[in-house]
Amino acid sequence: MASKVIHALYTDDDVLMHAVKKVKEAKHHIEEVYCPFPVHGLDRAMGLAPTRIAITAFIYGCIGLAVATTMMNFIMIEDWPQDIGGKPSFSYLENMPAFVPIMFELTVFFAAHLMVITFYMRSKLWPFKEAENPDKRTTDDHFLMEIEIHNNEDELWQLLAETGAVEINISEK
Amino acid sequence: MYTISNRLKIASIVLMVLGAIGIGIGFMSSPGTVQEAKAMVASHDDGHGGGHAVAAEHHEEVNDHGAAPEAHGESHDASHDEHLLHQLQNRPWAALYVAAFFFFMISLGVLAFNAIQRAAQAGWSPLLFRVMEGITSYLVPGGIIVFVILALSVAHMNHLFVWMDAEVVANDKLLQGKSGFLNGPFFLIRAAIFLAGWIFYREYSRKLSLAQDAATDDTNFVKNFRLSAAFLVFYLVTESMMSWDWIMSVDPHWFSTLFGWYIFASMFVSGITVIALVTIYLKSKGHLQDVNNSHIHDLAKFMFGISIFWTYLWFSQFMLIWYSNIPEEVTYYITRIEDFKLPFFGMIAMNFLFPLLLLMNSDFKRVNWFVVMAGIVILAGHYLDIFNAIMPSTVGDQWYIGIPEIGAVLFFAGLFIFWVFRALSKAPLQPTRNPFIEESKHFHY
Repeated sequence: MASKVIHALYTDDDVLMHAVKKVKEAKHHIEEVYCPFPVHGLDRAMGLAPTRIAITAFIYGCIGLAVATTMMNFIMIEDWPQDIGGKPSFSYLENMPAFVPIMFELTVFFAAHLMVITFYMRSKLWPFKEAENPDKRTTDDHFLMEIEIHNNEDELWQLLAETGAVEINISEK
Repeated sequence: MYTISNRLKIASIVLMVLGAIGIGIGFMSSPGTVQEAKAMVASHDDGHGGGHAVAAEHHEEVNDHGAAPEAHGESHDASHDEHLLHQLQNRPWAALYVAAFFFFMISLGVLAFNAIQRAAQAGWSPLLFRVMEGITSYLVPGGIIVFVILALSVAHMNHLFVWMDAEVVANDKLLQGKSGFLNGPFFLIRAAIFLAGWIFYREYSRKLSLAQDAATDDTNFVKNFRLSAAFLVFYLVTESMMSWDWIMSVDPHWFSTLFGWYIFASMFVSGITVIALVTIYLKSKGHLQDVNNSHIHDLAKFMFGISIFWTYLWFSQFMLIWYSNIPEEVTYYITRIEDFKLPFFGMIAMNFLFPLLLLMNSDFKRVNWFVVMAGIVILAGHYLDIFNAIMPSTVGDQWYIGIPEIGAVLFFAGLFIFWVFRALSKAPLQPTRNPFIEESKHFHY
């Protein structure tokens, strides 16, 4: 079933922040806000749940550390022990300082890359994906707030006009 | 206006008195002759039977060393006994020096932090400027005490710096080559220049900071900005040379090119930790109303970040020396791992693992008691860092964390608290006319 949504456009992030707070105070559910750049504190004002990306980053980091340890242990200790700089390589622990840079780098590598991939997947972004934003101007200098209409078109229109929206449209979704 | 509470004043004086007694006991119980020194080592077991945490670990070690002179007492030559005497005589001096330097370096680290905030024109921190200035006030007494200890070393009152001993230099080609730099008068002249520069910047910057509150324009602020930027250049050079002079030269054969950075990281993280602790204390007493938990969060982020930075430098220094395994370099770590196992590895746990795990979570950095707990461990860990830097070359395997060491820490902790909070009570705790003060009040993350 196609639902009707109202789009309010703003040209300033401060005005947008105030508008978001007002709309939340009036107990309306904000579907989405499209911005040309990240607006500080917007997620909290919209009442979004705090991000869990940091937890995934920690887990990915631990995986990276484990991969590095296993890999170096196999390469340098088990498969082909080498004597580098007079350090007999028959014990991982005794040679650990030499592997710390690798352990560190792979921890960072896994945490960073897997975190970005997770973020893209969670945001439903992938190559050649059609843009979802309803108005092209949100990639330039406009902010767009989208609210679903439940037989309260006039009331919403009134409220959004008061918050300083420069343009208000109603469209089918 | 903040006034130092009676309880805090009494506590700091009690600390100083207890510490002074501890220092005195340390000096009185140090041996005067070779015979006394040998007797002390032989009876070491009875002397330190306390239930101290370090005691258990150290006990077995001591047993070995205690047994050694008896086993081949005859073969011991006189120079070895002399060396033992010097090590035991050094112990109260080294304990005094480590604690004096540790508290001095806290205020020096805060001085650098303050200069960075001013040179960067940071918007979040002006609310904390008075706290930082209070802590840097300790530069004057702390710097003078360290200078006096160094001057007494040059005057041959102790054997902390082996290169100051003319007899040793006469038999050592390497030290002869370094004597153009490492000689008593030049050493003291350098120390005087460093201290004069740091104290001058501190006093002048403080004056401008107070004048800015009374002024009608921003000229004082701009002057302070320029002064701080220039000071940072001076500081980077002098701090690095100071670390060679005051710490690295206790082991004059050994050198590391990143030693200055390494000591800087230690003093920086200790300084930031103390800023956080003093701020939390003042807030708990109802002062600094505008400091919110975002400021604490930022300080904790610095504590976390600089702890990692310290580990990075510590490991960079360790790995290269461990890997290349050149005898004259690697001896530094061999003595530490053989004779100082517990403080050496304990320090890494306290300075790296503990802050890493405790302060990683963003929410924990806003919880005051979490920051205080992490801060106390970080401070203890960095005391151990300086301990590990000084003790192996001055006291050797005769080290122990006992009355002289704890006494010296208590004494300087008391002096530090007394001086810092006295300075805090001399000016309003909140700057009024700093151009960024509004931004700082509304700092929110």
